[in-house]
Amino acid sequence: MTITRHDHAPGDAEEASGAHSTRSTLIIYLTGLFLAVVLTATSFWVANTSILWSTGVPLGLSVLAIAQMGIHLVFFLHITTGPDDTNNVLALAFGILIVILVVAGSLWIMTDLNQNMVLPAELMDLHMQH
Amino acid sequence: MNITVALDGHVQDHTAAPATGASHASKRIVVTYGFWIFLLSDIVMFSALFAAYSTLSRATAGGPSGAQLFDQVGVAIETACLLASSFTCGLMSLAIGSRRFGTTYLYALLTFALGGVFLALELREFAHMIAIGAAPQRSAFLSAFFALVGCHGLHVAVGLIWLLVMMVQVKVRRFSAAVERRLLCFALFWHALDIVWVWLFTVVYLIGVNQ
Repeated sequence: MTITRHDHAPGDAEEASGAHSTRSTLIIYLTGLFLAVVLTATSFWVANTSILWSTGVPLGLSVLAIAQMGIHLVFFLHITTGPDDTNNVLALAFGILIVILVVAGSLWIMTDLNQNMVLPAELMDLHMQH
Repeated sequence: MNITVALDGHVQDHTAAPATGASHASKRIVVTYGFWIFLLSDIVMFSALFAAYSTLSRATAGGPSGAQLFDQVGVAIETACLLASSFTCGLMSLAIGSRRFGTTYLYALLTFALGGVFLALELREFAHMIAIGAAPQRSAFLSAFFALVGCHGLHVAVGLIWLLVMMVQVKVRRFSAAVERRLLCFALFWHALDIVWVWLFTVVYLIGVNQ
């Protein structure tokens, strides 16, 4: 006997169509929009205010951005942790892994190069970092 | 399908009709899963552009820096447009689900208009920067900026064309299964572009100006 398990298409909301389902999906979209607006507004406020400790601002902005991307994934793309969504989540996890490797790896290597490669003065003029 | 599978036990409730082709996922799932893989690979490509931008963001070669060039008000309006168009795209998916033509067209039009405003604002910003001498060839920072933001803008432009084509298809072929699958893929694409934009405005316009 095979276990039948129906996968969930990415971006698909609930299967059943009907007035009730439409309304609950609408509430999901509205919640997503509300949270995204709040997070975006907070991001712009954090970037422009002078109240906060300025060294912590980039970190705070990154956290807000990651939170908002999560909001978009859950409320707009309907990616959930349900068993019918495993394939989509696994693909997403692999994508995130590659993104982190590319971004963090590049930044790490290039920062290291900038610190350790001491160029002659005339080349530094051409390079003109900062 | 009303089949519940208890994960710990072996309880299976086969009260629903026998599954037809149980081992095969429906075409809708296969198509959108493939498109999901494409979107993730697209995001990996964006990550390379982000890495290049982050590395080069201070290499201004004596030219203008981000803090001097970027206009936060314009970026806030662009962000609002793209977020709103992502929301109306979601509403369009709902209208498609309940087979309402008029509502589908209304939300498609709103999505298109908001996306168009976003693109127009971005092009105006580019034109302004090039006019004051901050063209891509001015410095490594500007090359990376135009590559990254321009690539996102190009995606938005392609999305707008795609939306137009889809509306013609809805007009001609109504909500056939194929058209509905394509619309689902479009919605995925549009939401993914919004996710890339969240990343982009944070890294380029907010953190970049703070440094």
